[in-house]
Amino acid sequence: MQAPAPTDTTSPLPAIEARRVTKIFGEGDDAFQALDAVSLSIRENEFFTLLGPSGCGKTTLLRLIAGFEQPSAGHILLEGKNISNLPPYKRPVNTVFQSYALFPHLTVAQNIAFGLQRLGKPKAEVADTVERMLRLVKMEHLKDRRTSNISGGQQQRVALARALAPRPRVLLLDEPLSALDLKLRKEMQIELKRLQGETGITFIFVTHDQEEALTMSDRIAVMSEGKVLQVGGPREIYDRPADRFVASFIGDTNFLPAQVISTAGPRARLAVCGVEISAALPEGVEGPALTMALRPEQLRLEAAGAAGALQGVLKDTVYFGTDTHFHITLTDGTPLIARVQNARTAEHAFRVGEPIGARPQADALQALHD
Amino acid sequence: MARPSLRTRSPEEQAARSARIRASWLLSTPALILLTFAAFGPLLIVLAYSFVAPGEYSGVVWELSGQGWFEVLFTRDIFDDTVSLAQAHLSIFWRSASLSLLTTLITLIFGFPTAYFIATRPERQRPLWLFLITIPFWTNLLIRTFAIMEVIRNEGIVNTVLLNLGIIDQPLQMLYTYGSVLLGMAYVYLPLMVLPIYASMERFDFRLVEAGYDLYASRLDILRLIVLPIVKPGIVAGSILVFVPSLGAYVTPRVLGGGNNMMLGNLIELQFGQGRNWPLGAALSITLLIIVACALVFYVRAANREDPHG
Repeated sequence: MQAPAPTDTTSPLPAIEARRVTKIFGEGDDAFQALDAVSLSIRENEFFTLLGPSGCGKTTLLRLIAGFEQPSAGHILLEGKNISNLPPYKRPVNTVFQSYALFPHLTVAQNIAFGLQRLGKPKAEVADTVERMLRLVKMEHLKDRRTSNISGGQQQRVALARALAPRPRVLLLDEPLSALDLKLRKEMQIELKRLQGETGITFIFVTHDQEEALTMSDRIAVMSEGKVLQVGGPREIYDRPADRFVASFIGDTNFLPAQVISTAGPRARLAVCGVEISAALPEGVEGPALTMALRPEQLRLEAAGAAGALQGVLKDTVYFGTDTHFHITLTDGTPLIARVQNARTAEHAFRVGEPIGARPQADALQALHD
Repeated sequence: MARPSLRTRSPEEQAARSARIRASWLLSTPALILLTFAAFGPLLIVLAYSFVAPGEYSGVVWELSGQGWFEVLFTRDIFDDTVSLAQAHLSIFWRSASLSLLTTLITLIFGFPTAYFIATRPERQRPLWLFLITIPFWTNLLIRTFAIMEVIRNEGIVNTVLLNLGIIDQPLQMLYTYGSVLLGMAYVYLPLMVLPIYASMERFDFRLVEAGYDLYASRLDILRLIVLPIVKPGIVAGSILVFVPSLGAYVTPRVLGGGNNMMLGNLIELQFGQGRNWPLGAALSITLLIIVACALVFYVRAANREDPHG
């Protein structure tokens, strides 16, 4: 596409824009399409997450932005300038690698100084920035250590400081937390969010961990098989998943078949497992048969036979500490999981093998694109 | 952990302990025998020979003499007894040192990119490339050296081709020159440079190159600041493996250098053979050993010195 970007002078240019970016690896029979005409716009000073299972193309997109790969078609723009063919060392973009890729022959401070020195910054400025970065990631006490002699979490911090030191316009993070244990990962999630706030740099974060994406991001792009399926804030992605893949990849979801009875504007009356329920229909979603997504925590359990509740038989209960999962088989055979928070005092009155009712909260049912 | 020192050892324990000690001595015996008879013994004999007088026709006369060592550097005029520096020896020392250094340098220049090339091939191709590198080892050194001779002599392949193509009208004198010795040595020792560099390059994490590019390093910066410092141990090992045998090289300078390009090894051989001056030969041998030791100490120190950017 050669069409110029719509010029909107009132809003600042996006930090990174991908325009119909396609990437094909290999040739002929071995060719593999990693990205399929992906278009994205990432705003200035945004914590943006590329989320998807392995092989969905998220890391490829990150490497294209970094400059380690060139797009087979399409363009990548940084603040409106086409950077598709610039080598990595000419892009004001830095990367935190999954493997950290710290220089083993250099000390912590030397690692952090590396980018600044290559940019030809004066000595005093380099020393000054390195000091600030060490403070920022709380590594002052280890600045003269070799990077091979520090722990994984510390290496992670050094990798961050090294990438932040040259003050890139955009910081790319390639699954940086995946090598850390759970507790450290939680700490680093908060730490990353803090760093992004303090530095005001646009972060593009790649992960396959949906929880990580939901807690940290301003916006998320959910990817699958080289395509972007949905872009939106964490709430939007979670509450209004666009299609079946997004709904199942982010959080737990029940899928319920539904028939449209009548429509009135954007709303419709649906028959779900013999129960009549009102729901909003997003644009482009049409009946008569639909698939509805329903989050397990948006169900209330009731006695069997209650009007307006889905009817079924309780098959199993699984205790999770904070909540209990109720595995139900509805009368039409559809499996349903309801998640109920455990109250400290009340013991639930439902017995496995007995009939049960489950009432969806208002507007909890979400119609999906095919 | 048990603390045997707090109680007296039982006789069984005592026996087991001394058995262990005996076993460890027994196990080191082969190494000790080898060191005594193959390394220290001959070295002591050579050292002893350097301090006695030469025999009439060969061998030595067992009386203390500094003559051998004197002749390493000086020569006494047979007519007027004046002492002067042994120019011939000095020029051989110099030729040996310069040829060895140049050989090391040339093998490094060709060996480093070769090792880099192999290390960057897909993993299952690498054994094949390494195999190709080691093929020359399959043939006797002498035969390989004569093969080079065949290539570069006046009626050899290179000259024949150049003459027939009309590029030259007289054969180029390539054999029996400083250059031909250098060529032969570089050819012979190249694998000894490639293999250790490859060994350290193979462990090199090429993702660091990407990290370097990401942090604004140019190609030259990456080589200078990332690749070279990390594979330095391999370069040091390769240089030692090439330099040390180069200094004592014997066959290559003899075959390809003719009589004018003698190196230390040839000079030593001469003293034990035609020269019938065993003490001088022994003193020269020890001198060679000292030069190698000094060079190694100097080189390893220089290589381990921390970066001035430190």
